[in-house]
Amino acid sequence: MPLDEKPDATKRAFDVVGTRPLRPDGIDKVTGRAMFGADAFASGMLTGRVLRSPHAHARIRSIDTSKAEALAGVKAIVTAADFEDRDDDLRDVLVNCMARDKALYDGHAVAAVAATTPAVAKQALKLIEVDYEVLPHVIDVEDAMTDDAPILHDNIARDGKPSNIASTCEFGHGDPDKGFAEAEVVVERTFRTEATHQGYIEPHACLASVGPDGHGELWCCTQGNFMVRNTCAQLLGMDFSKLRVTASEIGGGFGGKTTVFLEPVALALSRKANRPVKMTMSREEVFRASGPTASSAIRVKVGLARDGRITAAEAELKYQGGAFPGSPVEMGAMAAFSCYDLENVKTFGYDVVANRPKQAAYRAPGAPMAAFAVESVIEELAEAIGMDPIDLRLKNAAKEGTKSSYGPTYKRIGLVETLEAAKAHPHYSAPLGPNQGRGVACGFWFNFGGETCVSLNVGKDGTVGLSLGTPDIGGSRASMCQIAAEELGIDYDQVYAIVADTAALGFNDVTEGSRVTFSSGLATIEAAREAIKKLCQRAAIMWDIPAEAVIWEDGHARPSGSNAGDFEPLSLKEIAAHSAETGGPIAGHHEINAAGAGPSFATHIVDAEVDPETGACWVTRYTVVQDAGKAIHPSYVEGQFQGGAVQGIGWALNEEYIYGDDGTLQNAGFLDYRIPVASDLPMIDTVIVEVPNPGHPYGVRGVGETSIVPPMAAIANAVSAAAGVRMTSLPMSPPRLLQAIDNSRKQAAE
Amino acid sequence: MRYEAPETIETAVTLLAGEKGLAHVLAGGTDLIVQMRTGRIEPDLVVDLKRISGMREIAEENGGYRIGAAVSGAEMGEHAGLKALWPGVVEAAELIGSTQIQGRATMVGNLCNASPAADAVPALVAAGATVRVAGPEGERDVAAHEIPTGPGETSLKKGELVASVYLPARPARAADAYLRFIPRTEMDIAVVGAGVYLALDEDGVCSDARVALGAVAPTILRVEEAAQALIGSKLDDEALDRLAAAASAAAQPIDDKRGTRDFRIKVAGVLARRAAAKALERARANS
Amino acid sequence: MSQIHVSTTINGDAVEYLCDAEESLLDVLRDRLRLTGSKEGCGTGDCGACSVMLDGRLVCSCLVLGAEADGRTVDTVEGMAKGDDLHPLQRKFLEHAALQCGICTPGFLVAAKDLLERNPDPSEEEVRYWLAGNLCRCTGYDKIVRAVLDTAAETKGA
Repeated sequence: MPLDEKPDATKRAFDVVGTRPLRPDGIDKVTGRAMFGADAFASGMLTGRVLRSPHAHARIRSIDTSKAEALAGVKAIVTAADFEDRDDDLRDVLVNCMARDKALYDGHAVAAVAATTPAVAKQALKLIEVDYEVLPHVIDVEDAMTDDAPILHDNIARDGKPSNIASTCEFGHGDPDKGFAEAEVVVERTFRTEATHQGYIEPHACLASVGPDGHGELWCCTQGNFMVRNTCAQLLGMDFSKLRVTASEIGGGFGGKTTVFLEPVALALSRKANRPVKMTMSREEVFRASGPTASSAIRVKVGLARDGRITAAEAELKYQGGAFPGSPVEMGAMAAFSCYDLENVKTFGYDVVANRPKQAAYRAPGAPMAAFAVESVIEELAEAIGMDPIDLRLKNAAKEGTKSSYGPTYKRIGLVETLEAAKAHPHYSAPLGPNQGRGVACGFWFNFGGETCVSLNVGKDGTVGLSLGTPDIGGSRASMCQIAAEELGIDYDQVYAIVADTAALGFNDVTEGSRVTFSSGLATIEAAREAIKKLCQRAAIMWDIPAEAVIWEDGHARPSGSNAGDFEPLSLKEIAAHSAETGGPIAGHHEINAAGAGPSFATHIVDAEVDPETGACWVTRYTVVQDAGKAIHPSYVEGQFQGGAVQGIGWALNEEYIYGDDGTLQNAGFLDYRIPVASDLPMIDTVIVEVPNPGHPYGVRGVGETSIVPPMAAIANAVSAAAGVRMTSLPMSPPRLLQAIDNSRKQAAE
Repeated sequence: MRYEAPETIETAVTLLAGEKGLAHVLAGGTDLIVQMRTGRIEPDLVVDLKRISGMREIAEENGGYRIGAAVSGAEMGEHAGLKALWPGVVEAAELIGSTQIQGRATMVGNLCNASPAADAVPALVAAGATVRVAGPEGERDVAAHEIPTGPGETSLKKGELVASVYLPARPARAADAYLRFIPRTEMDIAVVGAGVYLALDEDGVCSDARVALGAVAPTILRVEEAAQALIGSKLDDEALDRLAAAASAAAQPIDDKRGTRDFRIKVAGVLARRAAAKALERARANS
Repeated sequence: MSQIHVSTTINGDAVEYLCDAEESLLDVLRDRLRLTGSKEGCGTGDCGACSVMLDGRLVCSCLVLGAEADGRTVDTVEGMAKGDDLHPLQRKFLEHAALQCGICTPGFLVAAKDLLERNPDPSEEEVRYWLAGNLCRCTGYDKIVRAVLDTAAETKGA
């Protein structure tokens, strides 16, 4: 049976999909049994620690490890010299894991040690002597773009001169100049956002063991154990097949665990010491040396006709992605106007390097900043023409057949449905108190598919084991069990899912791009259908009738009709019990490079309250309306909506990377990197809209990332309304907000 | 490093005085252990006070309360008598950190850690608290504000420790209050803190006042001009305006990761005013 | 450097261990006793993932020295379920999908259990403030707060 080409998912009645069963890994996680990155131990295990640069930018003249090596209990030390240099696209990853000629940011790894105890390892780090030549540094994105900025990389040039602008990109269609000429109202503003960290509660951790025969084992918390295997094997010159990587339970990632940091270092130390090496980052190391997202400066200009139709839109986006090329500016430039049906649109992006940690993906990378800028301008335009902001968005909303601002034409999408649901939601018309304001904003994320592989094994007792290759970061094993149960027609409790190691399954792309429920779901459906085919064959053998005469219905093999014979239906369990006699184990398997991921759109409504005397600001009510296509496990879909919204609240109000004049990070801890705490927040109301994705037999769309796209704009719109002044910089921390309020009052008085 | 948990103050003092290297006192540990783990300090000796009798007790004394050095914020919050007498001090102590931190953090530790942003200290200073210092030369009582002398610096001499804090009896028609500004609702260090104590006469005129500000100078500031703005007034808007102006004028803050200089100056006035209003309400209820 | 001998009670069991003076209770629990249910998210008392009960007080075990536990009682997430019976909070966390990644869950459970034992009928605000020292980056806290409130309601109704 092929994947349904044009499913009518709305008509399909589901038994298991759409229900809210308990997750298979639940008991382990509420009893403390679940094994996360730092929870593994090995016989003879050493402790690995990293020495990090205290300078934002410095040439490494020499590293003397002799004193550290002489310390009792030190078993191995590695520096860049222990990794072969390379010139392919993994070089930046390698140099980020271990600085070569220069330290490029405060916290950049320069050496690592493995020792018998944490205390010895700590002492050894102090004995490593690094001779630095401190160089001028640059932190701010626009400073880094100036002609006289300190240059990070000699091999990046622009117009023949060394530059920190690694690349540019451009998207759009039509003629914006013509469109602006037709506009009656034009708003143009510049916005700034600070870098934020994914803030997963589990620091990076791994346990590596490499023997003298070149075989390696690696246990680590990652969003992609296959990515870790391929990357580490290449960096260390190992065969892919000789390095087995097992993904531990993962304590949050949000994109930040889609690359390697400690893993190649731990493997190198283990290889050198010929002992297992465990490494964990401290929280300070997580902030200083693992992926924050980009900081940005974005100029947006939008023109409007009197009737509310957008005549032209353009944006210039400058993203600083840390010390190496690869900021998410391209996705920001693609996503900026993705919610609108525009005749004339253009976006231009700059990818800029600066002396900060290499950015890592963070939930809808690049899009939240762009949406903050664009959706703030849309709100201001609605005010300018006195139109309801949802109506203005509805008038210009992208829909099926719209040519998107980044190129493709949309298939069926659900933006209009989210806007309509938001408008009808009681929140949108609820009265506001003093010093309160309301904001709305829309958001979009592409969603991805990618390489995926799933195995489904039918046990002789009639239970089903599902092997997935995408680490479960928020309940995906439950969703996969539901999908398998749905296809096979059996109970949810009969299916148990695990995340397989790299030796047990074919390659899987990383858990990212909101792809798991979509792609692993597709592969699970197909694996289940393959198993069903075999179950029918086995039933045919048991009945001694042709396989074509057997169909699968409600979890049972049945004769396809009366002329196929008169047999009692056979359950999966009954067929499985006889599998030895009918041909051996029964399994389904599927490999796919999944295409057809449908974008997910959302509309958020926020109420904020401001204390005009102190600049304190609270979110008092929050509603997320998002298109999930089809919610497999609605609780975890709601959880994604709520989690993304709250990360957005943190980004909007208080989270930021703060640098000193010396280019060192000032707030590398949860005390001063202020993520939202429970008492900061109201309940986060959710509305799941289901506009089926035509690219999936159940209509599934990824949901994980879109939820962080609208919040900053929606909150900025609410805060601006409450404070009476347009906020254009994030975070809207109390000092910034109070200054803006005071300035606007001074201006009003003049 | 050595860890010692003596059972008498004398032993604790002897240990501290006899240590040639760096010696630190451990009460709740919520500052000390953080500093040890992040490598900011590497003590050679840590002396845990919690096994010394009386250190974990709150005792009534001359109409006031003596609070042992190892009494946690949570224990203070659960003491009805203390809470009724000096609610501002208790609310300040209870603002320090999370529920988990409250289970350990002590007011004396907050004082001796000598952070300019310490929450308990402006409230202690406003309440007129004294502390009992034990040392090689015996015990002495000093005003709470004399302990911190600068960020991380105290007036304690080698071998000395603060054994208890004493909150005096409170006159009728008097009360205290403490407010702080933080960006979130919990878990932050004060960007500005304001402790206010005031007493009213029978006509409702302010007869005595003390105002202390946190996080706006290298040490907790006692702002006499702000107190004078209240004394003699009925705490009308005009007096409160003068209080706020005096508090802002006294503030000498810096720009840092927690706030700007301008922000702190303005908010010092706002908080002093709000704390005074809260203390006033309580003082009226105490008549 | 000689180690310190500690006799203590963990989850009702008498336990003895040797530890270094600098070692935190969290290090002892995880690395010496292999009770890895308590997690280290920050090591500075800011995230609550290492929450345990020490002599009936909720504390961050990363901010307690292992040596301090001598003669005291320690209760961790591993002691919450009694045999096969999950604690009502553990059950409600599962029912409400109050965990996504699950790294913060042990700390939340230990903290919430202490709350409900002190205050069997907390308001939403009381739950939120009590749990403000437990960071969760996945859920936005909504389902966690609901799970705690629902546990209280069920216990009250029972």
